[in-house]
Amino acid sequence: MSTSTPLTAPKFEVKSRAALIESATKIAVGGLNFYYGRTEALQNISINIPERMVMAFIGPSGCGKTTFLRTLNRMNDVIPGTRVEGSVLLDGQDIYAPGSDVVELRRKVGMVFQKSNPFPKSIFDNVAYGLRINRLSDSKSELSDRVEQALRDAALWSEVKDRLKSSALSLSGGQQQRLCIARALAIRPEVILMDEPASALDPIATSKIEELIVDLKKQYTIVIVTHNMQQAARVSDLTAFFLLGKLIELNTTEKMFTAPTEKMTEDYITGRFG
Amino acid sequence: MEVHRHLDEELDALRASVLRLGGEAEAALIKTMRALTERDTEAAREVLEHDDEIDQLEVAVDRQCIDIFALRQPAARDLRFVLAVAKMAPVLERIADHASNIARGAIDLNQEPEPKDYSRLRKMGEIASEMLAASLDAFSKNDAAAARAVIKRDAEINDLHNQIFHELIEMMTEEPSTATRNARLLFVAKHLERIGDYVTDICELTVYMAEAAIIKHIH
Repeated sequence: MSTSTPLTAPKFEVKSRAALIESATKIAVGGLNFYYGRTEALQNISINIPERMVMAFIGPSGCGKTTFLRTLNRMNDVIPGTRVEGSVLLDGQDIYAPGSDVVELRRKVGMVFQKSNPFPKSIFDNVAYGLRINRLSDSKSELSDRVEQALRDAALWSEVKDRLKSSALSLSGGQQQRLCIARALAIRPEVILMDEPASALDPIATSKIEELIVDLKKQYTIVIVTHNMQQAARVSDLTAFFLLGKLIELNTTEKMFTAPTEKMTEDYITGRFG
Repeated sequence: MEVHRHLDEELDALRASVLRLGGEAEAALIKTMRALTERDTEAAREVLEHDDEIDQLEVAVDRQCIDIFALRQPAARDLRFVLAVAKMAPVLERIADHASNIARGAIDLNQEPEPKDYSRLRKMGEIASEMLAASLDAFSKNDAAAARAVIKRDAEINDLHNQIFHELIEMMTEEPSTATRNARLLFVAKHLERIGDYVTDICELTVYMAEAAIIKHIH
């Protein structure tokens, strides 16, 4: 029997529904409401985020996508007057359950922000920081190995290996952002949340971050908020469209950008919103 | 939203361009059938002379599509529309080419004794031009149901082609002296049959544009 590839086999990866069905749920959000004081910022969000896939959140400013992203590792807890209802299950465990360990949660669910925010320390110390405070390495050599691995995984190693003691602030914007990704990867999270990680970067640095995202999903579950719809189209398997605090549509990215189900999504994607 | 108003204007301009190309292809088909069935050699020459202009219209539609893809990155229904037009333009140009080929056949046939009966070829030509007009109408109205209805009519053209094919072969066998003329008529029938297929392609693109459903090779 011939084992040759059929002529029709695509050379690129097709993000099919079948692959999504096979993928286990990493985060299951059920009936989530979120309030800033009396203002309801998120209404009844239910969504399953499959593991080892990239899910993009899109929507106009103020639609709640960043707020929702931040509920996934309880980053909103630090904002006074906020309140969450509903459940967010990480591997079946409710992260909002009383007694839930937020430090452990944030170790598992790392975050990369819009503006790169390296510490005013050396490149090495930035990546080693989380390992040291969490006491995740037993020896100096293990610490060095994990820093190197994180920098390699963030596609930054070859650019910084000869200047690990230089200040992180001497790096370019794109390198700083990859350093922040390395810092998040060093503590070996399971999920990485990215809030507009490339919005301040030039096209070349953006392309490096996007390649990195596609590469990282082999090991991590990634959720990315982006205003750049072409970026969502390029890097994500699934796209969720938010509007006025509601999840309007969740679909495969391919379907979302060729034939969305909801008219509101279509209007937003084609730029006819508002 | 200024930016998107411009996009709408560009999409409207593209729609107008492809409908003009379609209208020219339709006019070429009607005129070439008149050239054949009414033995109007002058009309046949006009069809041939006009073909370059139709080719240029196709190139213009191509350029518009490329510009919109490159500069606007259309998505969702806009993407489907521009993609459908980009695939439709060469199909319309091919229809016009078939009309030109029929015109060449008509010029030769008009120099020979008149065939007994053009009624079936005339009928094929009428159905082909009705289908083409209806396909362009369905496209302009984004009407998938109308496009599907046009696709069904292709069977009428295929039936007529089969009938004409067998008749002409029979005549050529019985009366070998008619072979040259009947071979030319066979080609005319084949061109019309192909036009029916191309109209089907246009309708499939309209269904894709309207419903995001790919129906080619399955009906």
